[in-house]
Amino acid sequence: MSPAKNTKESMKFGKQGRLRNTMTAAGFLCVPFVFYCVFVILPVLQAAWFSLFKWKGLGPLTNFVGINNFLKIFADPVFRIALMNNLKIVILSLLIQLPLSLFIALIIGRRFKGAVIYRAIFFLPYILSEVIAGVIWSFIYNPQIGIQNTVLADLIPFLASFPFLGSQHTVFYSIFFVLIWKYFGLHMVIYIAGLQGISQEVEEAARIDGVNWWQMNWYIILPLLKPTIYLSVFFSIVGSFQTFDMVWAMGRGEPVNAAETMVTYMYKFGFQRFQLGYGSAVAIVIFLITLSVGLIYNKLTAEKGE
Amino acid sequence: MTIGENKSILIAKYVLMTFFALLTLFPVFLVIFGGFKSLAQLRLDLFGIPDPVMWSNYLDVLDPKRSVFFKNLVNSTFIMVMTVAIGVVFSSLAGFAFSRIDFPGKEIFFGFFLVGLLFPPAVAILPLYVELKALHLLNNFFGVILPQVAFALPFQVMLTRSFFNQIPVELEEAATLDNCSSFKFLIFIVMPLSKPILTTVSILAMVGSWNNYFLPLLVLNEERFFTLPMGVMSFQGQYIYNWPLVLAFISLAMIPAILFYMLAQKHIIEGLTGGAVKQ
Repeated sequence: MSPAKNTKESMKFGKQGRLRNTMTAAGFLCVPFVFYCVFVILPVLQAAWFSLFKWKGLGPLTNFVGINNFLKIFADPVFRIALMNNLKIVILSLLIQLPLSLFIALIIGRRFKGAVIYRAIFFLPYILSEVIAGVIWSFIYNPQIGIQNTVLADLIPFLASFPFLGSQHTVFYSIFFVLIWKYFGLHMVIYIAGLQGISQEVEEAARIDGVNWWQMNWYIILPLLKPTIYLSVFFSIVGSFQTFDMVWAMGRGEPVNAAETMVTYMYKFGFQRFQLGYGSAVAIVIFLITLSVGLIYNKLTAEKGE
Repeated sequence: MTIGENKSILIAKYVLMTFFALLTLFPVFLVIFGGFKSLAQLRLDLFGIPDPVMWSNYLDVLDPKRSVFFKNLVNSTFIMVMTVAIGVVFSSLAGFAFSRIDFPGKEIFFGFFLVGLLFPPAVAILPLYVELKALHLLNNFFGVILPQVAFALPFQVMLTRSFFNQIPVELEEAATLDNCSSFKFLIFIVMPLSKPILTTVSILAMVGSWNNYFLPLLVLNEERFFTLPMGVMSFQGQYIYNWPLVLAFISLAMIPAILFYMLAQKHIIEGLTGGAVKQ
């Protein structure tokens, strides 16, 4: 990718030029490189190392427990709830959020008067932080003040003052709804960007052949949009495994761990109970799950010719 | 209107889209209007127009003696500005080296940077905390800024490198003839030509830093260091029974992001999606 000229130049100047280039590169790279190593690579390696110990964060690492932390993680029912919740976020996002975003993108993505305004509105929640989104919806879900106190109470009386975030049966889905609200605009915008890359001529040709809106989208647009869809699915999957802020803002995974995610679980063990060895093991599990799902996904989509 | 689409379908589309748009906006408006209501009205009349209009909620939040809002705002701004500034400098330097300079081991080093794309901050957060403690960076803004910069770096370097690759070689030849050093070439020629990508890098860093909660939550424990998302959480905890006041705080906390969005919407949407899609 890099311009061929650099190679030529260094050949022209021979050894001296090469050395000079190396010095220049070192000058440019050294500070960013040190930063990257100190704050990214080193902590990741340390997490792998800590995960083999029972360690409270103070004093030397002496209590080597091998893979015991990992066995404990998978034996813990709370972790299993957390893992299941993350998987549910992944799957429900693919089933509900992305189709919704795609549907909206197909409608407003091309030849739609006022599309700019609709796009701006749909994207708005994405620029708000998860914390703000979470607190806004905590208010709306609030049984004394929120929406069910006013609207739902009239429509469905038994839902009056129902604590959506206070019940273990509804808390997860209530939070998931907010995740859709916050992120559907992002995926919509990605799809719109993909749609703009599809040549108008294809569409014109199909239109002359008399296909209708559904046929057009199903047989012509969607196949061409595949690379964009693959990308948005990838973002959605990887992001789903990192869910923390919103769950934390909407009740910290409670009640009875019903809304726990892997990262809130890690946070609780790492920073509230100061089990840094165990917490690191959870971090490594999160990383390995994300990585392997990501790799499998990439392999599957690559085999389909992308 | 197009063939195969009659008027009623078009109307149905607008009705549906408008419905979704209202559904998207209604929580935001509910919060902003709620901030102007009294607690009694909020309880009884969620959707009504504020009556009487309670300016006092907003004024209380804005009063530095009574609320930490301004302190939070300043803290978030400082962290964001520093994160963006350092990020732009670092990603330009590294992107330039990987794009424009030929040195042994270049591909390996670049690959080593790209590995960072695999690690979400959550993976490193516990050891990072231990490290920041040892470096005396807890309760220090730079304890948030520096890791934020480092974690954003791999993606930023990927963006700058591929953009710098497109800058014509002739420019560099001319610059070399004029005895212009690589560093000067980067500062005076490459960076001004790279405004689009540096805008993307900045916007990604701005939004990431402004909305970050996880890292500040660990690093900044004293209230005087709190950022806006932390302020929202702690204010809500503090005034759990005074929702109008909390809603006023949330509304004011949303304003900088919404204003910025309204002013730079095109850049933000392109930056956040184009930056990813083009790769």
